[in-house]
Amino acid sequence: MSNAVMESKPSVPDEIPTFTATLIIRRFDPEVDAEPRWQDFDVELHGTDRVLDALHKIKWEQDGSLTFRRSCAHGVCGSDAMRINGRNRLACKTLIKDLDITQPIYVEAIKGLPLEKDLVVDMEPFFDSFRSVNPFLMAGIVPKGGKERKQSPVERARFDDTTKCILCAACTSSCPVFWTDGQYFGPAAIVNAHRFIFDSRDENAQVRLDILNDREGVWRCRTTFNCTDACPRGIEVTKAIAEVKQAILRGKP
Amino acid sequence: MPEKTAGTLAGDNLVAPKISMPRRPAGTLYRGREGMWSWVLHRITGVAIYFFLLVHILDTALVRVSPEAYNAVIDTYKTPIMGLGETALVAAIGLHALNGLRIILIDFWSVGTKYQRLLFWIVIGLWVVLLIGFVPRQFMHIFGAH
Repeated sequence: MSNAVMESKPSVPDEIPTFTATLIIRRFDPEVDAEPRWQDFDVELHGTDRVLDALHKIKWEQDGSLTFRRSCAHGVCGSDAMRINGRNRLACKTLIKDLDITQPIYVEAIKGLPLEKDLVVDMEPFFDSFRSVNPFLMAGIVPKGGKERKQSPVERARFDDTTKCILCAACTSSCPVFWTDGQYFGPAAIVNAHRFIFDSRDENAQVRLDILNDREGVWRCRTTFNCTDACPRGIEVTKAIAEVKQAILRGKP
Repeated sequence: MPEKTAGTLAGDNLVAPKISMPRRPAGTLYRGREGMWSWVLHRITGVAIYFFLLVHILDTALVRVSPEAYNAVIDTYKTPIMGLGETALVAAIGLHALNGLRIILIDFWSVGTKYQRLLFWIVIGLWVVLLIGFVPRQFMHIFGAH
């Protein structure tokens, strides 16, 4: 009897099927290479693995010199934005099974920011644009009695979409305008300006609208929608930029 | 990995799939969607139309120099190659004009950004209809008897 029960439940757990995927990674070591080079790696993966897991396997088992950024590894910190098969994605949110593994997977650093090593770029120009739009609440009037600043759900919903930004730079580095004109504020900075321009508690929307009414401001946007497609948080980036354009034309949020 | 080793030991003729490694150090082409390609086409047609206008203003201005010179230049245009060029010009202007209207809708229509992809295919549809109306007529003109 007990034997029959044993047979109905296999004692050895089913092995999760694995497959070999090929990753072609654009490598660059500033101390050795004059220019970037492509290197391929064969990795054994599960369908549930993500591109980040593949990069980990390469780094831990094949080539420890592979350099990339990642922190939380769960799509919250925004450290591991990279170009996967020609599109900007977070490596930790891209499942291998969603890619065509009969073809090699191309992984390279995001474009438009200075390449430092392998998949790591200098994010400082990106953060400089972010800082220059005053991405913080500017409210002079202090509410009476130490109370909070009140906001209705409708007022909150007005800028809800742009609060989701994690500053991964996937949008900014997918923008053809940003690739050729590094002075352009870029989608991420405009998204973060939008978040405060349309916040009913904020009193300095006009300052940000004036900053973005610059030559290198919102008018550089050519509505290619690459940023909207690239955003790992699903923010409608181009729509947010269009709303800021409209606010500048109206002269108020 | 162990499986691969076993395969090699067994000596079967399993050849690893041939990978076409990119030789250039440059990155891959960004695989943008309709929005990016409409922008690329808009840029290319825009620059092409600009150069046409430059030449067009120059040859039209010739009439101020002398009507004979103007006629001589215009007569050299009446070749099948220029006829094909005119076809390309109409195609470029048609696409640039229709996509320009799409961009205006994206910027000024409140739901324009939501429907940009549909708008792109509407632009392509209208453009094809425009060319169906124009190209056969133009080809009759170029290749038909004068």
